[in-house]
Amino acid sequence: MSTREKTWWIVGGILIILYCLFPIAWIVSLSFKAPSDISNGQFLPSGPTWENYTTILTGSASDLFLPALRNSFGICLIATAISCILSMFAAYAIARLDFPGKRLILSAALGVAIFPVISIVTPLFNLWRQIGLYDTWPGLIIPYLSLTLPISIWTMSAFFREIPWEMEQAAQVDGATNWQAFRKVIVPLAAPGVFTTAIIAFFIAWNDFAYGISLTSTSASRPVPAALGLFSGASQFEDPTGAIAAAAVIVTIPVVVLVLLFQRRIVAGLTNGAVKG
Amino acid sequence: MASIEMHNIVKQYGDGYPAVNDVSLDIADGEFMILVGPSGCGKSTLLRMIVGLEDITSGDMIIGGKRVNEMAPRERNLSMVFQNYALYPHMTVFENIAFPLRLAKVPDDEVRRRVDEAADVLELREHLERKPANLSGGQRQRVAMGRAIVRQAEAFLFDEPLSNLDAKLRGQMRTEISRLQRRLGITTVYVTHDQTEAMTLGDRVCVLRKGRIQQVASPRELYEQPVNLFVAGFIGSPPMNFLPATLEGDQLRTPFGPIRLDERRLAAVQGRDLLLVGIRPEYFEDASLVDDAKRPLGTLFRARVDVTEWLGDSQYAYIPYEAPEAVTDQLRALSRELDSEELRTQAVVSIDAASRIREGREAEFWLDSRKVHVFDPQSGENLTRDAEAGARLTQLASEDRVEQVQEAQARGTTIGGGAHRAGAA
Repeated sequence: MSTREKTWWIVGGILIILYCLFPIAWIVSLSFKAPSDISNGQFLPSGPTWENYTTILTGSASDLFLPALRNSFGICLIATAISCILSMFAAYAIARLDFPGKRLILSAALGVAIFPVISIVTPLFNLWRQIGLYDTWPGLIIPYLSLTLPISIWTMSAFFREIPWEMEQAAQVDGATNWQAFRKVIVPLAAPGVFTTAIIAFFIAWNDFAYGISLTSTSASRPVPAALGLFSGASQFEDPTGAIAAAAVIVTIPVVVLVLLFQRRIVAGLTNGAVKG
Repeated sequence: MASIEMHNIVKQYGDGYPAVNDVSLDIADGEFMILVGPSGCGKSTLLRMIVGLEDITSGDMIIGGKRVNEMAPRERNLSMVFQNYALYPHMTVFENIAFPLRLAKVPDDEVRRRVDEAADVLELREHLERKPANLSGGQRQRVAMGRAIVRQAEAFLFDEPLSNLDAKLRGQMRTEISRLQRRLGITTVYVTHDQTEAMTLGDRVCVLRKGRIQQVASPRELYEQPVNLFVAGFIGSPPMNFLPATLEGDQLRTPFGPIRLDERRLAAVQGRDLLLVGIRPEYFEDASLVDDAKRPLGTLFRARVDVTEWLGDSQYAYIPYEAPEAVTDQLRALSRELDSEELRTQAVVSIDAASRIREGREAEFWLDSRKVHVFDPQSGENLTRDAEAGARLTQLASEDRVEQVQEAQARGTTIGGGAHRAGAA
């Protein structure tokens, strides 16, 4: 690559990064603006203030935001865990076993994944109210599984396919049962895949708004994205923009931390050295 | 330790293609059996059926007197070395070798003792705490062997274990495997497509072609008394030369002049128009370098040399010849089947390294006619095979084996075995 070409790549890269980061920078900047400062026509706040953060963490919006944060964490972690475990078994079966209807399962999973959420929210709302799942944690975990499971199965089965089958056969010859071979050899090798899947599943659940707003009514189970929509200003003539921006910054933090923590784990190919090299 | 018997084993895949077809084979206790053949001959499938990774369509697989057709791999107590080693990348070398013992719930101190013992045999002591990713190819290979020898398996199975190593290392590991097998005296089945491995390692070699056994015999018998064209062409490097021939009186007329046959062979080839004469490269010699005493035992002919290859200790000359179309097609088909592509009909001739025969010149060659075989070009059958002589060679080889195993075991070097059995008793 010539120097000229390199420069273009670097310039292009910087442009794309700026383009992607600008909305986030905008939100961060907004979260430090006082309500009167919101429409100051400038990018930076004229006098940075923690006012918005105090509002949502200790102030008037805190009884809306804090329970929602707890709900979001709880519901998303449980949904992620369940979907990881279920998809691990499902993906293993899909990658390893030959059974009739294998393609059907995969395409059905894909079908579920692309099915528009909004079209099933209303029937689900009625059903949940009748069977008592409305406004409960399980009432959100179950629909979240329908969002996270298909994509988890797809990613996980891609990872399982990468693991050399000989590993498992070697374990069986060494005296392992199918379950032992799975637990002691396949699962450790699939760990990077499990992490990747977990993170993707967590994001999907974390970012959901449609289910969150429709299937909850109180702080018993309302997740953060839905709570954000319910923020109100100090008076009806005042926008809660600043508080929403502050809450958005706070809910972005765990996502960023997760990625930073696990990115090495995701990238590292554990199967390195398993076979000839 | 156990014998392995196969009775009419068939493996049919979903599309009805028989990968292994009616194979019956007895492998004696402590014997080193090689399964060899070109790619797609079913040798790996057969091995995987022995270990239980592949279902058996029909037939009986008997290990140590027990029918194991329906048993899972773990119930058969065999150990296997895979072509790509299949080491567990997330475990240290120690844990890799210890894995079978851990599964068998062997107590910790016993595990440590036996892994150390195996590591000593394979010189892996200083690598025990490393991960497979940090080992060289040869070391990984040894770890895979360690995992195989660490427990008292009924038999060892090797699936082309050396094919991922470079040539030098392959030679070293080959002798290592041979020594180890003698030391442990354990039944071994070894799949390879490399005929050097087949010839040097095996007590007996089983040559497979398209899922069928062609011949099971000691390497010497295979080399000197092959049953058919396929075995004759497969065993030996460079391969046996096949020349078209017609019978005239008591002589075979070939492109390289007449070859005289003795009475036994003459009787065997009577009544056929076209024949193929199989002559190993080393049956030829530069006529000027042949002893006068040997000279009358063969025939002399003149031919133009196309190419010569001088290798220091030996020398090969390539001599093109004309052959009728029918024979050419037959030979092409054969060489394709043997994974090589013979483009022209030429004979490879091994001559003394000191020979001054030059490329592009005509030269005089001597051909030892005592050991030539004559094949039927249609069926490929060896018409002049001396079954008795062959059986004698294999008998000698098996006596050698028994002697070697006894000697090795008398030196008391079986790994873990003694102590383990004492512990069990």
